[in-house]
Amino acid sequence: MNTFVLNRRNLLVAGGCVLATGVSGLLLPARAEGLAPTPSMPGGANNYLKGAPTVDRIGKGGFWMTGTVRRAGDGAPLAGQRIQIWAHTTEGREGDERSHGATLTDKNGAFRLEMPQIVPIFGQPHGHLAYDSGEFKTVFLRPVMRSAKDTSLEAHFVLQPA
Amino acid sequence: MRLAKVTLIWAALAAAICVPIAAAAASPLLAWRDPVYILAGFAGIIAMGLVLVQPLLIGGYLPGLSAYRGRRAHHWIGGALVVAVAVHVGGLWITSPPDMIDALLFSSPTPFSPWGVVAMWAIFAVAIIAALRRRLGLRARTWRVVHMPLAIVIVVGSVVHGILIEGTMETMSKAALCALVLAATIKVMADLRVRRKRGTSFRPESVGRIEPKA
Repeated sequence: MNTFVLNRRNLLVAGGCVLATGVSGLLLPARAEGLAPTPSMPGGANNYLKGAPTVDRIGKGGFWMTGTVRRAGDGAPLAGQRIQIWAHTTEGREGDERSHGATLTDKNGAFRLEMPQIVPIFGQPHGHLAYDSGEFKTVFLRPVMRSAKDTSLEAHFVLQPA
Repeated sequence: MRLAKVTLIWAALAAAICVPIAAAAASPLLAWRDPVYILAGFAGIIAMGLVLVQPLLIGGYLPGLSAYRGRRAHHWIGGALVVAVAVHVGGLWITSPPDMIDALLFSSPTPFSPWGVVAMWAIFAVAIIAALRRRLGLRARTWRVVHMPLAIVIVVGSVVHGILIEGTMETMSKAALCALVLAATIKVMADLRVRRKRGTSFRPESVGRIEPKA
């Protein structure tokens, strides 16, 4: 799919920028950590329901949530990590159980889950993602779509050990 | 004032308020919203319309209303504004409690939230002080010093809040309504200042009319 290739390219550029920032950070004596962990975003955990089932697709689909999961410090991709996703869509509200689903990252640390079209709620078209499996520290993300007409959204996790 | 002009002014005001409401009523987003959320949204739009009426009333720009009646209407519409804001916030709270709590605690990720919350508190503050004005024994001058800055906070807060939201309001009608709210506020502030400096009456048309003492 064309949009996916574009996303991948964007992702590589963004990843490169993040890596470059991390490497430049290494040059500073005070920061020898490398890739910094992603902090939770304000409002990220709103309407979170613990233990969303792992699904092939949320509802009827038509919209793609994509992203990556990497380890803080060295930036190594993390495979098999469970990412929970929910949003206000054409098929349900944020708090509805049917609006929630989870997926696992592949061997490259990438995930993608098809879900219904996200529609603006509380003034912004946005989605919610959570890493809450215990091995690493819990992170809640709340990415905002550039346009309500977008049919995909991406979010990236850099996790640190719990 | 000629009847045509009077009609035109009132028709323009009705259009300025009703067109944005009608445009929002046609929003495709409504299909994916609960009745409570829809009600909360429209309460917000109506509140913006009331914010437009307030400076027009107090400035005496609406024909057919005496200064006394204009001020009475200003009081009642102020009360209606409090109700509209309460329905707006209450409905949003029911729709998504965590998002509303974030907004009220100024920890929301959405940039428009603090503007709305500050405007809300300013509206409540004006309403409370207005209700207690006689009991507090506030003189006209003191009241003006309190009300004017709060009115500016309400107008600026409401307009920025409304403009930044991506919701059911149609962009052009929303921008027009917000521009009119700003224009009306600036005009009334400027006019009242001129009238005070000249020492003329509150409203030229009301000269000779007997006004009950507050």
